[in-house]
Amino acid sequence: MISKGTWVQIRKIVLEPNERASNVPEDTAKVPLLMWVKGRLLEDGELNAIVSVKTMTGRIEEGFLVDSSPSFRHDYGDLVPENLEIAFMVKRLVFGERNE
Amino acid sequence: MNEMNNAHNTVREVLLRKNDIMKTSVGIDYQKYEYGAIAFDYERLMAEAGYSLEEIKAIQKDHGVGNTPLKELRNVTKLARKYSKPGYGARIFIKDEALNDSGSFKARRASVACYHAKKLGFKGVIAATSGNYGAAVASQAAKHGLKCIIVQECYDSKGIGQPEIIEKARACEAYGAEVIQLTVGPELFYVFLKLLEETRYFNASLYTPFGISGVETLGSELIENSISLIGKEPDCVVVTNAGGGNLTGTARGIKKTTDQKVEIVGASVNLKGLHMASDTDFNRKSFTTGHTGFGIPFMTNPDRSDVPRSAARPLRYIDKYVTVNQGEVFFMTEALVVLEGIERGPAGNVSLVAAFHLAQSMKEDQTIIVQETEYTGAGKHHQAQLSFARQNGIHVFFGDPKTEIPGKTIVLPNHPGLIECETLDLKKIKGSCIRNLAKDAILKAEDLSFLAEEVSETVAFVKEICEQCHISMEE
Repeated sequence: MISKGTWVQIRKIVLEPNERASNVPEDTAKVPLLMWVKGRLLEDGELNAIVSVKTMTGRIEEGFLVDSSPSFRHDYGDLVPENLEIAFMVKRLVFGERNE
Repeated sequence: MNEMNNAHNTVREVLLRKNDIMKTSVGIDYQKYEYGAIAFDYERLMAEAGYSLEEIKAIQKDHGVGNTPLKELRNVTKLARKYSKPGYGARIFIKDEALNDSGSFKARRASVACYHAKKLGFKGVIAATSGNYGAAVASQAAKHGLKCIIVQECYDSKGIGQPEIIEKARACEAYGAEVIQLTVGPELFYVFLKLLEETRYFNASLYTPFGISGVETLGSELIENSISLIGKEPDCVVVTNAGGGNLTGTARGIKKTTDQKVEIVGASVNLKGLHMASDTDFNRKSFTTGHTGFGIPFMTNPDRSDVPRSAARPLRYIDKYVTVNQGEVFFMTEALVVLEGIERGPAGNVSLVAAFHLAQSMKEDQTIIVQETEYTGAGKHHQAQLSFARQNGIHVFFGDPKTEIPGKTIVLPNHPGLIECETLDLKKIKGSCIRNLAKDAILKAEDLSFLAEEVSETVAFVKEICEQCHISMEE
């Protein structure tokens, strides 16, 4: 159970596939338009249940509770060794270094 | 769970209320500026709805924006000269716009929009953007104590987010904004309109006169910085082009500051073949802005934006439009870090690639300015984007960048001599723009003059296009 007042993320379906704009490509037309927003949980709730939240601007939004205390985990990814090769190449060309 | 059951809120019904929603949320009656069959008075719109260059300089000075340094890229210039004929290889400079509050030139646009919203008494601002503009609006809104909502296209239908856009969501939230994140699709506009109606906040669109005039200071500073550093105006300014506002504002600012001819070059990343509204293509591109998927449609049909008449009219100012490849931008982003000690985001370096190539056919005593940089960090970094591309099955390898296929390969140049921008046929683009603006209309003489101004060509050129496309003209 997630307590009332917790900062959470919800997801809602804005448009079902059959309600989407007529000009979207075929692959997009097959899937719903989804929306995520964060806010303070208005009542105790369970993960994946429908809940209401109060957002940062004070609006009330309703949707499936998908994350409690959501955080950002994006990073710099796996090493791309080609960047090292570029670095060696351009330094050699400009400074004449041969330290690779 | 969907809202279609809610009466009056279907996509069609909300779109029917578009003009009223826009009028209330932007505070501009666009009809007032319209005349003829299709024309509108662009300069009067900019003059009456916007602010003067001096007023904007003062607003920006008070809000952490502008007066960024112009830096000479001596080592990048040295590298370019290795591929130039003797006596050739212009000096390359960069305007370090990442040093604005919020980390990009977009702060210039947001500063005027938020100042104006506050002046008109709005409680908050909303912007539909997946780019740096979100953080810029959130940062400026924070300074004015305005509430802020940013609407992003962020995820594909599997819930996988573009790392660059996730980083921008983080920045917006850090500045106190509410971030609405959506999956792929043009119906973002519908969500945006409903939020404007619900909150009655100001529409901090990128395409109002405020959004464009905010960039004029950048053009003006380029001239002032150049004169103080090297004693003369630059010969050429390269602008990364997406919605056209950066190019329009910069060129207008240059024209307001000097009578000297400065060549204005637009540059976009080539994403040919990828559909911008496609769920599956969404995470197969490594650039979320500064690409041809925005650059060309916004140039040929400027009024496709979120306001009735866009104040971004790039064809009025552009002298040359070039494209570069994704692999070339990643290469130059790494080169900028290790040769100049300047670590910046890849999207802002699109124009650097073009400048690197164009400089090679300019004389040594000439100068070319790359007019922006953007901040970098987790997600919006060339390392993060290349890694993400590999995870999505894109082949990243060294070769000839001309062979790159967007969505399938990213080709890093085998050596810097392979970096070349491709010049697009601007007359053809101008022709498409005329067709789009004039279709279904019976043009009067005043419309022909308007179209000539729109594409910076003669009335004879406009007439020729209209005749070819069977567009009706009054005798």
